[in-house]
Amino acid sequence: MSESTSRYGGFFTESPRSGFLGWVLSTDHKRIGLLYLGCIVTMFIVGACLGLALRLQLFQSGHSIMSAQTYNATFTVHGVIMIFLFIIPSIPAAFGNLVLPIMIGARDVSFPKVNLLSWYCYIAGAVLAVVAIFSGGGPPDTGWTFYVPFSTQTTTNVNLAVTAAFMLGFSSILTGINFVTTIHRLRCKGMGWGKLPMFVWTLYATAWVQVLATPMLGITLVLIFLERTFGAGLFDVAKGGDPVLYQHMFWIYSHPAVYIMILPAMGVISEIIPVFSRKPLFGYWAMAFSSLAIAFAGSLVWAHHMYTSGMSDMAIMIFSFLTFIVAIPSAIKIFNWVSTLHKGSIQLAPPMLYALSFIFLFAIGGLGGLALGAAAADIHLHDTTFVVGHFHYVMFGGTGFAFFGALHYWLPKFFARMYNHKVATIAWALIFVGFNITYMAMQAVGIQGMPRRYYDYLPQFEPLNMVSTVGSWILAVGLILMFVNLWRGIRNGTPVGINPWAAATLEWTVPSPPPMENFGEEDPIVTRGPYDFKGVVADEP
Amino acid sequence: MSHEHRDDTGARFGMWVFLYTEIILFSGLFLLYSVALSKFPHEFGIASHKLNIYFGAINTLILLLSSLTMAMAITAIQRGKIKQTLLLTSSTIGLALLFLVNKFFEWSAEIGHGIYPGSEHLAAMGPGVTQFFNLYYFTAGLHGFHVIVGATLIGVVTVRVKMGKVTPERYVLLENSALYWHLVDLVWIFVFPLYYLIL
Repeated sequence: MSESTSRYGGFFTESPRSGFLGWVLSTDHKRIGLLYLGCIVTMFIVGACLGLALRLQLFQSGHSIMSAQTYNATFTVHGVIMIFLFIIPSIPAAFGNLVLPIMIGARDVSFPKVNLLSWYCYIAGAVLAVVAIFSGGGPPDTGWTFYVPFSTQTTTNVNLAVTAAFMLGFSSILTGINFVTTIHRLRCKGMGWGKLPMFVWTLYATAWVQVLATPMLGITLVLIFLERTFGAGLFDVAKGGDPVLYQHMFWIYSHPAVYIMILPAMGVISEIIPVFSRKPLFGYWAMAFSSLAIAFAGSLVWAHHMYTSGMSDMAIMIFSFLTFIVAIPSAIKIFNWVSTLHKGSIQLAPPMLYALSFIFLFAIGGLGGLALGAAAADIHLHDTTFVVGHFHYVMFGGTGFAFFGALHYWLPKFFARMYNHKVATIAWALIFVGFNITYMAMQAVGIQGMPRRYYDYLPQFEPLNMVSTVGSWILAVGLILMFVNLWRGIRNGTPVGINPWAAATLEWTVPSPPPMENFGEEDPIVTRGPYDFKGVVADEP
Repeated sequence: MSHEHRDDTGARFGMWVFLYTEIILFSGLFLLYSVALSKFPHEFGIASHKLNIYFGAINTLILLLSSLTMAMAITAIQRGKIKQTLLLTSSTIGLALLFLVNKFFEWSAEIGHGIYPGSEHLAAMGPGVTQFFNLYYFTAGLHGFHVIVGATLIGVVTVRVKMGKVTPERYVLLENSALYWHLVDLVWIFVFPLYYLIL
């Protein structure tokens, strides 16, 4: 490829160190972002394979491809990998690192070395998680929530798994501190709070949740570890403890954590929709403050996971009410995206397809969330596959689709090459159809009463489970097609210029791939808004 | 093309945010304490009297004194008195070690009496007392771990002051480690009365 040797290399070629060390010792936010991206996509593929194995096990009633213990371990490891290693770091750590500093006109994050440290914490967590699967008493089988008393009594390798989650939490905290400080301190001249791209606002809200909620997970996991080591009985009724207290402490982190997962996704969608509608984002300040409102209100609703755990009716009513409050800022976002589309000049490029399907899927998942947030309905739906379906609608249909949208939107920037749009559209269609078949069937069979986390089920649930499993195959084909297409795109796609989508945020004004320190000698001065498309045109390939 | 990046305010800001995460970390244990206290107020009183208040009080004094020496170290470096700075940070580390030695003797005595998490002797004293000592060991243990981390951090800063990397013009690392040390002190200021005094 003689062409590629003469091409501009940006941060790929400009580095104080070369080769492997140039990556693993680099404090450049773009290199760290790509390191994260590689790890995260790998983890997603591993988690997805485990998910497919779970669906395969549930294909028919009474037939097994794995033992009950293996099934328990598989859904636990699927959960731990997807939650802690894929979805929490997915958009903030990968795309946040890649574009946040460029978007606000900075040369790097506030603490570049801490940024690299956060990646090492992630790697340590990933390694520990993998070691936990293959060593000791076998892979953990408690579910990703590590509920007591099971997690304190099982002989499987829970100690290593909670240590892994602790390290990943630490990585998440460090990223959060870095982003909060960066957004406060390193905005370039002219980049006022009202000129921040919405992705930056959502990362800001996310970073605060990461900082404020994650330590609670840290102490909870430390206590699990200590319980297993000493058998002290903090959560053991016989020794004066309380298992429900564990659930409170776990969800005080883990409910806000779902907003760590979804808020950056909403930010990505808020970037993509204006660009492909050729219209400014509708309701800028409503969008900005609804992000903060989601982060705030979302931190007060954790006990809606515990309606059936034995709380007082008063507590259930309060938490149910607060849960409904979160729907308000979420709905503000949905309506504002739709209003942005209204009378826009809509281009159905691949990122836009993912953004539009995000709105559709997140709306379904969000409404399902209200059904679960209502205490009366939840008593019926609790611990059924409806919950699993709902969670996948908001997390996979939401954050997952936004992550894919972000890949299609920003990869051409960082690799200066465009993937094949036709294949991308076919892959999107397969993913979208497969996704809906898989999880809609799962929700439907959940309403009929099929419990979650069971490795076998009654014959009457078989038809819908079969549908769901077939859907998972379509989904898998779509995912493979998408990843292959993106890989081929970044390797030898059509070269593109600095602004293939005609977007107005700062990252599209620097060369592709961006140089080290992003901007040349002069710091940028911002005079126009992030969605001011007047005079912005896409450069010809 | 290298742009030297220096933002002391940003560094302090980041440190404050980090300290907030530490407070949340400890708050989980204080949360458990408050729930257990409301469940077993009487037993907590009995258990509290088993602790040796002299150890606790002396350790409180040691930590307060070490916070003072750390604050004085910052003033010293601001005035450009490197030798004095080194002396003050070293005495902070010395006091931290003294705290840990004191803690070692206190815990040895208690463990010698059969009081430690998971012991049968403790379980025989009933659930309330068990919870008190579980939380006491875990909270004080986590705090002790922070003392070790803080002392190590101050040790690193001391070396860097000596090497001339932390100077009267650029001492944000010293400030941040002092902030961390004050937090370690602050947590103890809550641990001491909750476990030793008020019950």
